[in-house]
Amino acid sequence: MPLRVENFFGLIGRRTLSFLNNVHDVACLVNDVFYWTLISPMRGKQIRFRAVITEIVRTGYNAVPIVAVISFFVGVILALQAAYQLRKFGALIYVADLVGVSITRELGPIITAIIVAGRSGSAFAAEIGSMKAAEEVDALDTMGINPVRFLVVPKLIALMLMQPALTAIFDLIGMLGGFLLAITLLEIYPYSYYAQTVNALLIKDVMTGLVKAWAFGVVITLVGAYHGFKVSAGAEEVGMRTTASVVSAIFLVIFFDFFFTTLFYYFL
Amino acid sequence: MQMETAIEVNGLITYYGKREVLKNLSFSIPQSMTTVIVGGSGCGKTTLLKHLIALLKPAKGTINIHGKDITKMNETTLIEFKKKMGVLFQGAALLNSMTLADNVALPLREHTQLKQPIIDIIVRMKLDLVGLTGFDTYYPAQLSGGMKKRAGIARAMAMDPEFLFFDEPSAGLDPVTAAGLDELIIKLHKAFKLTLVVVTHELPSIFKIADYVIMLDAGTIIFIGTIEELKASTSPKVKMFLQRQAEEEPYRPEDYFKIISGS
Repeated sequence: MPLRVENFFGLIGRRTLSFLNNVHDVACLVNDVFYWTLISPMRGKQIRFRAVITEIVRTGYNAVPIVAVISFFVGVILALQAAYQLRKFGALIYVADLVGVSITRELGPIITAIIVAGRSGSAFAAEIGSMKAAEEVDALDTMGINPVRFLVVPKLIALMLMQPALTAIFDLIGMLGGFLLAITLLEIYPYSYYAQTVNALLIKDVMTGLVKAWAFGVVITLVGAYHGFKVSAGAEEVGMRTTASVVSAIFLVIFFDFFFTTLFYYFL
Repeated sequence: MQMETAIEVNGLITYYGKREVLKNLSFSIPQSMTTVIVGGSGCGKTTLLKHLIALLKPAKGTINIHGKDITKMNETTLIEFKKKMGVLFQGAALLNSMTLADNVALPLREHTQLKQPIIDIIVRMKLDLVGLTGFDTYYPAQLSGGMKKRAGIARAMAMDPEFLFFDEPSAGLDPVTAAGLDELIIKLHKAFKLTLVVVTHELPSIFKIADYVIMLDAGTIIFIGTIEELKASTSPKVKMFLQRQAEEEPYRPEDYFKIISGS
C-alpha cells in the first residue's frame, strides 16, 4: 500500500514538474517573441520585411479562396437555419439581423481562426519542427541570428495583419451568402434585407470580431512556433507536434473567444 | 613547441537529465592549429562541441575564448563572438528554403551593411573556395552529401571567422569524398591560419588533419597532446581506439542472465 501512495504522489509530482516546465518554456517564448517584435526594432534591429511579405502571401492571400467558399456556405446555412425557426413567427426579415450579427460577432472570427490554425498554424509547427530536427535552428543560432527573430516574428506580424483581414472577408462574403439565399429562396425584397442588416449591425459588433481575430492570430502563431521549437529530433515527432499544434491552437482559440466574449459582454 | 591558447575549458560538467555526460573536463585548445576531438560514439564529443559554440550551457565550469568566458556572456556580446566563428554541422544544416547563394549570404545580410553587388562577389568567392563555383542557384536538396558539406563550409566561412568548428565532417560520406573534404580542411587551415576544431571518429581523417588531439571516453579525457604523442602513446584505451579493436566482452554469463531476465 505505501508503494501505491508513493507512486501516486510521485505521479502528481512528475506531472506538476513537467507542467511547470512547459509553462516556463511558453513564458520564455512569449517573452522572446514580443522582445524581438516590439522592442528590438526600436533598438535599430530591423524586422525582415521581405519575409513578412512572403508570410502575408502564404498565410493571407493564399487562404482567401478557401475562406471565401466556407464563409459563403456558412452564410447560406445560417440563413436557412434561421428561416426554419423565424418562419413560424412570420418574422423572416429578422434573418438579416441574425446572419449579420452572428457572423460578425462570433462565426467570422472563430471559423476563420480554425481555418488558419489548420492551414498556417500547422505549417508553422511543421516548418520550424523540421528545421529544428535538421539542426537548421542551431545553425541560425551559431551564425548569431536569433531563431525567434528570424522565423517567428515575420509569421507573427503577417498573421496579426492577415487574421483580421481574412475575418473581414469572411464577414462580408458570409453576409453576401445569407443575402443571396434570402432574396431567392426566402423571397425577401433585396433592399429591405440590406436595410435590415445595416440597422441591426453596430460598429461595435464588427470591431469586437476583428479584435478577437487579431488575438487569435497571435495565439495561432505562438502555438505553432512553440510546438515547432519543441521538436528535438526525427520526422515522427514533427508529425506529432504538427497535430498537437492544431489541436491546442483550436482549443486556445475557443478559450480566448470565451474570455473576450465575456469581457466584451460586461464592458462594451 | 610553444603554443598560444585560443580556447580554455575549466571544470566543465554537464548533465542530460540525471546522467553526467561530461565529467569535469579541463583542457585548452591551441591557437591557429587543427585540434581534433576524438572518441567512440556516445562519449560526449558532440556535446562538448555544442558547449564550445555556446549552443548548450554547462551545469558547471567555464569556457574562456581569448580570455572571455562565453558561459557568462549576455546575448549581445555572445552575438559578437558568434560572428567570429563558423560551424559546420553533421548534416550541413543549410536552410532548405534558400538557394546556396542565399545561404552563404545570410550571415552577411544579417550582420553587415554591405551592398548586394559586394555580397554577390563575396558569395562567389566563398563558393569558389570550397569548389562549388556555378552552384549558386541550386537548392540544398539538389546537392549530394559531400557538396552540401562544402556549401556548409562556405557559409561558415562567410564572415571570415577566426574559429571553425566541424561536427563529424566525413560522417556518411564515401572515402573519396571524405578525403576530398579533409584536403579542403587542410587547405583552409594553411591559407587562413584559422583555429580549427574538428569532432570526428574517422582514423584516416585524424592522422591527415590533426595537429593536436583530445581523446574522450565516457565523458572524461583519456589523452591530450600532439599527433606525434598520440602515435607514441602507450595507454591501452588509446591503442585500442587506434587499432580499431572492439571493447572486451564486459559481462560474465551470470551477469548477462541477470540483465536479460530484468532482475
